[in-house]
Amino acid sequence: MSETKEFVQYTPRDFKSDQEVRWCPGCGDHAILNSMQRAMSELGIRKEMYAVISGIGCSSRFPYYMNTYGFHTIHGRAAAIASGTKVSNPELSVWEITGDGDALAIGGNHLIHAVRRNVNINIILFNNQIYGLTKGQYSPTSKKGQITKTSPYGTVEDPFHPGELVIGAQGKFFARTMDNNIKLSTEIFKEAARHEGTSVIEVLQNCVIYNDGAYADINDREHREDRQLILHDGEPMIFGKNRDKGIIMDGFKLQVVTLGEKGITEDDILIHHANENNPGLHTMISNMRHPSYPVALGVIRNVQSPAYDMMVHAQIDKVKAGSKIKSVNDLLFSGNTWEVE
Amino acid sequence: MHLTYEANKPMGKQQKPIELDDVTIRFSGDSGDGMQLTGTLFSNTSAFLGNDLATFPDYPAEIRAPQGTVGGVSGFQVHVGHKNIKTPGDYADILVAMNPAALKANAKWVKMGGTIILDVDNFNEKGFAKAGYRDDPIKEEGLEDYNIIRAPITSLTKESLKDLGLDMKSVVRSKNMFALGMIYWLFNQPLKYTEEFFTNKFRKRPEIIKANEKVLKAGYHYADTIEALHTSYLIRPAEIAKGNYRNINGNTATAWGLLAAAEKAGLQLFIGSYPITPATSILEEMAARKDLGVISFQAEDEIAGICTSIGASFAGKMAVTTTSGPGLALKSEAIGLAVITELPLVIVDVQRGGPSTGLPTKTEQSDLMQVLYGRNGESPVAVVAASTPSNCYYYAFMAAKIALEHMCPVILMTDGYLANGSEPWKIMPTGELPGITPPFADPDKEYEPYERDPETLVRKWAIPSMPGHEHRIGGLEKDALKGTVSYDPVNHEVMTKTRAEKIRRITKEIPDIEIEGDQDGDVLLVGWGSTYGHLATALEELLDEGKKAGLAHFHYLNPLPLNTGEVLGKFKKIIVCELNMGQFAGYLRMNFQQFTYHQLNKIQGLPFTVTEIKDAVNKLLEV
Ligand code: SF4
Repeated sequence: MSETKEFVQYTPRDFKSDQEVRWCPGCGDHAILNSMQRAMSELGIRKEMYAVISGIGCSSRFPYYMNTYGFHTIHGRAAAIASGTKVSNPELSVWEITGDGDALAIGGNHLIHAVRRNVNINIILFNNQIYGLTKGQYSPTSKKGQITKTSPYGTVEDPFHPGELVIGAQGKFFARTMDNNIKLSTEIFKEAARHEGTSVIEVLQNCVIYNDGAYADINDREHREDRQLILHDGEPMIFGKNRDKGIIMDGFKLQVVTLGEKGITEDDILIHHANENNPGLHTMISNMRHPSYPVALGVIRNVQSPAYDMMVHAQIDKVKAGSKIKSVNDLLFSGNTWEVE
Repeated sequence: MHLTYEANKPMGKQQKPIELDDVTIRFSGDSGDGMQLTGTLFSNTSAFLGNDLATFPDYPAEIRAPQGTVGGVSGFQVHVGHKNIKTPGDYADILVAMNPAALKANAKWVKMGGTIILDVDNFNEKGFAKAGYRDDPIKEEGLEDYNIIRAPITSLTKESLKDLGLDMKSVVRSKNMFALGMIYWLFNQPLKYTEEFFTNKFRKRPEIIKANEKVLKAGYHYADTIEALHTSYLIRPAEIAKGNYRNINGNTATAWGLLAAAEKAGLQLFIGSYPITPATSILEEMAARKDLGVISFQAEDEIAGICTSIGASFAGKMAVTTTSGPGLALKSEAIGLAVITELPLVIVDVQRGGPSTGLPTKTEQSDLMQVLYGRNGESPVAVVAASTPSNCYYYAFMAAKIALEHMCPVILMTDGYLANGSEPWKIMPTGELPGITPPFADPDKEYEPYERDPETLVRKWAIPSMPGHEHRIGGLEKDALKGTVSYDPVNHEVMTKTRAEKIRRITKEIPDIEIEGDQDGDVLLVGWGSTYGHLATALEELLDEGKKAGLAHFHYLNPLPLNTGEVLGKFKKIIVCELNMGQFAGYLRMNFQQFTYHQLNKIQGLPFTVTEIKDAVNKLLEV
């Protein structure tokens, strides 16, 4: 009983539940689960203080595989449920697991409002650009023209770009990672946990069954380094196998340049400032797409701002201290009352 | 066309007041005329004087319908008496109509030969046209035999304030106090309680306090001097139980009952809600109750309202969400989640006229089937209904007690009539309420999320932050013991029946239903919810007339009290009276098929009148 009490240090194993993991073999979700278990074991937070809350979809089976408090809720509503849990007990480390359908279609309203309020929860958005659990219908992030079971002639809808949406909703923390990059994902999850306020992490996740290779162009072994820009705070935006490519600002547009060509030196390359309050550049970086640009991974935006849950409790404490009403009986007898004798 | 709407001439008089048992007054005017405040202030004064009373506000859905039109008329009815007052009165003895539209909307609610006080300054051709009168309204409405008091309210208000240097808007806005002053004279009531109200409310604006006092007095003196009001009346204090009293409306009582439950259970209260008429003021009251530690969360929509509450319940709070019919529809999937995860949750449904947006500001009892069954799957919840504005306190408390002790969602049903209606309430301090003991998991024992108490079938509540009790819950069917996901067919049947049986076993804790009036006889009136006052008053009158009648009024709708079948069997005839098409009658028919149920139904967005109920019962007795 209560073996966790003695644990000071955890290993990822401590976060594995006894449930058999049921995702398809080869699904990107497996690696994300590993990254998460690793991050949690390294955060120094007691295991009973974690609450993992999901909606509906393949990714949302996640809580069952975590040996923490977990809640597999209903489609789209995880952000609201997680908000309620976090505001109720700000001491908890609350993680929302969601997908592109769950968070951006049916749950779009809850996502943007959780972000706007800046509730201190960590939202892991598994973006595989498809509905997996219902077997292959297009999602709000499917590429325009994509052929799926519900778009046999190709979609005629523009997709959401999660980063742009989150930043537009007053998002203070947005990061992106690749499912199989366990090291990067682990680091990002830890940084998200440390950020006070809503953190949204988009994980580019491969669905081997219904949308295999959605990220192959940017993630295959051969091109990965040339097509991914891994951001580090305070460092220049340099990427490429030979670390010879960079991003500069050309007028109102970002541009990819090669170091040493046309007199470009490292000094010309943009420096990444995740804590820049102005969302303009963060939005542009998060919108970079292949083939014109590398896809930005890492923490794109990380701006300090008071978290909703802390402000709610601070307000309660302040009102409590200044009020004459200390109990329900005080309330019942407050204002106009009279006695009948 | 020229009408002689001349004001009544002042004239001194000196007469002894006539004593009355009870009186019903209806204040009506434009929604900007302050009729709700006027009615409330009169109610407060009457309550301080020891009268019993009941009120019924009747206001338009449009916040600012065009001035002077029937659509913009706002009314407030108050029934004051020295006997036990259970309803706001069917028909008014006195109608105050600030303009022709108010008369048009309310003339039908005045007792034959009753008194109508008009602001004659607005009874001109322009006013008639806006209200849709072609001719003299008094003639058109056939009110010639009524006692019509033509008071120049607007002009005398202006006159009395002319030296204060107020802007015209503030001046005109005080005219409701003139009408109130007249009513105070008519019922021999002092002005001081109302004056105190203004003194407290406008501490920083002495000119407003002064203006209201002046106009109030002007109205009082005007009534004292005109010959049309020859006598004044007196209503002696009611014989009510000793104790401390206050006026309370249903929504405030609901909020306070929930607060009392949280305090009794030793839990912090979380409310996640979205504004919706007529439930909003519960959220407003809770938002103001940070002094009692309430976490109030104004959600982005109805779904988020209940979902944040479910998240709070998961985290160990006493969780509440409040709404009305359309909002309840949106919450139904999430209620199912609370059912299957067996988390405590109170859902308050302040019913209004439906379907769809329906009649937002009017009352109705048409959500019963939605509350009982409006979810996918076999999804039983406990259902409790309050029946008077003040007992919303007790039943909200009981709803929370059941939710917390039985680990289930409970829906508390009230309606627009209870929410906005008010009455004096003998304060029930928390010491008079039972205790609440939520079934928290034992920190030193192994924890299985779906292990149940063999008696009540209630599972234990382990909340995040309890070491060693980490577990997963969710919307997928769970193994009856382990709580892990299970698609086993037999297990699903076991769990479905267990969830139903768990709700059924709440019966052990709810009281038997008591019959009011005769314990057996010719006819049993059956009701639930806000119709209680009208049904009980009708019953009293039927008994006075020598009828063999009883009343069974239900507060616990699911599960039903254990003796329900027995009670229904004691009378020759049963008439189920409700403000819908017969939903409770249908529910009883399903559960107790051996009886024949007659019905009295009304779907006008209005409460019953006592007369309607008596007529229906008498007709049934004649057959
Ligand atoms: S369907 Fe796709 S997303 Fe779902 S588990 Fe299988 S591979 Fe993963």
